[in-house]
Amino acid sequence: MKGVSQAAVLMATPLNKRVLTDAGFKGSEVEKAGPDDLIIAIEAANEEALESPVARVEEMLSSRESMKAEEIRPRSLASAVKVMSDANLALISIPGRFAKREAMNALESGLDVFLFSSNVPREDEVELKEAAKARGLLVMGPDCGTSIINGVVLGFGNVVRRGSVGIVSASGTGIQQVSTLLDGEGLGLSHAIGTGGNDLSEKVGGTTTMEGIRLLEEDEDTRVIVLISKPPGPKTSAKILNAASGSNKPVVVNFLGEGDAGASKQVRAVTLEDAARMASGFVNGKRTGAHPFSVSESRVRSLAQSESSEMSKTQRYIRGLYSGGTLCYESQVVLTPLIGEVFSNAPLKPESRIDDATVSRKNACIDMGSEEFVVGRPHPMIDYSLRKNRLLQEARDPETAVVLLDVVLGYGSNEDPAREIRHTIASAKKLAGAGRRYLSVVASIIGTREDPQDLQKQAKELASVGVVLMPSNAQAARFAALVASRGAVGRKLFGNER
Amino acid sequence: MKGKEPEKRSILKQKLKVINLGVEIFADDLKRQGVEVISVDWQPPAGGDEELLRLLEKLGA
Repeated sequence: MKGVSQAAVLMATPLNKRVLTDAGFKGSEVEKAGPDDLIIAIEAANEEALESPVARVEEMLSSRESMKAEEIRPRSLASAVKVMSDANLALISIPGRFAKREAMNALESGLDVFLFSSNVPREDEVELKEAAKARGLLVMGPDCGTSIINGVVLGFGNVVRRGSVGIVSASGTGIQQVSTLLDGEGLGLSHAIGTGGNDLSEKVGGTTTMEGIRLLEEDEDTRVIVLISKPPGPKTSAKILNAASGSNKPVVVNFLGEGDAGASKQVRAVTLEDAARMASGFVNGKRTGAHPFSVSESRVRSLAQSESSEMSKTQRYIRGLYSGGTLCYESQVVLTPLIGEVFSNAPLKPESRIDDATVSRKNACIDMGSEEFVVGRPHPMIDYSLRKNRLLQEARDPETAVVLLDVVLGYGSNEDPAREIRHTIASAKKLAGAGRRYLSVVASIIGTREDPQDLQKQAKELASVGVVLMPSNAQAARFAALVASRGAVGRKLFGNER
Repeated sequence: MKGKEPEKRSILKQKLKVINLGVEIFADDLKRQGVEVISVDWQPPAGGDEELLRLLEKLGA
């Protein structure tokens, strides 16, 4: 540096002080400094020449300071609590068999817990949730994919507006679909509390769901509560519905596939899309009827017609390849009344279980995030390789008419899904074309413009390879049925509207 | 839903400060959202030896 003849930055130990004195840095400041002090010694030609090195040292020190907090890696939860004494939440994603021990430690330290780990034994889950309840704490999970607390996404979740809808959900992708649909309408979330996939099992009995409802009832920002789960067992279902009807706020209950109106303050949504629509109805003070599609019947019919016009007669079936388990389930709820039985590795009814999930049969929806697929590899929302292979496999099958996909954006997910699958979709369409077939690929993107992957950009890229995009997973499934049936299910879909 | 729930500070009322155990992506995503997070350098207890782990648990360790 110009005008600087020598410089040193060192701790003021007796030895270092002697080095400095020997180098000509003398004076009371050096003598008074103790071993915990840092001495910055610069010999310069004049005051002006000092400015630049001093500024540089200050910059280094302050960036060092912020680095330090990130670099500290305590070896245990207990020592982490000592370092961050005001921590209030533990996010745990270690292997399931060790999860209870750490989650219990967290609760004992007064922390709420977000437990992403799966394969935690049901007894351990019950024990953890009881321990949390006794302490007035919350255990979100195990097997909890998503929560959004005070606008902060934990696990997999989208960047959505803040607002007045509160969600309690046993399904992570359920939160993602409902929150992104609300966001698309300009509405937002107060909080979304994930409970973990097993919370509403009869054994666990909905401990976290009940606690979540209570928290949202007390929360001033929440005006409407949405409950999302696959249908629970009868005892737990009755308990939750009872809590919902007794609530001081409107509650939309979405036990996927179960309809019927309930008590006045509690309405039942069959699909995730219905749940979002009903919640927005409460927020806006006007309820809107259900429509099968966001766009007009004539537009949907002509689009479906153009998708099926070049299909061969052998192409009859829908093949849903899902990364979101609940989206896979919702599609079956939508498809079954339209096209009949849908086979799956996560079926609506046990008799529809597919023998081999790696080979589709007739109409099939495959949850590729299920255990048989994810052991030893990342979740399909992150790693698209299995779905890409499967897409080509379906394209080779002369019976495949439509491949149905979910593309989930947000924190946790693949950083650029469209780039990831674009070429495979183009190849799949070519493969079918070589066999004188036309493969229709229909997808919905679960995301927002604010997501790191940018909804708009993803949509544009997928559309460029011929993917038909629908605004929700339910609509994508309906559209697939319209295409695969060559318009025949239109009667069921649009019947009431005519 | 009323009754003898213990007094507590609701998680919904607080600014989140997170201790992360496990997948590092979750900590990174929280940092991107401006959340203070500290990651534990977690290792399986007893080196992952389940027999030893059971013994330790019996001893209350």
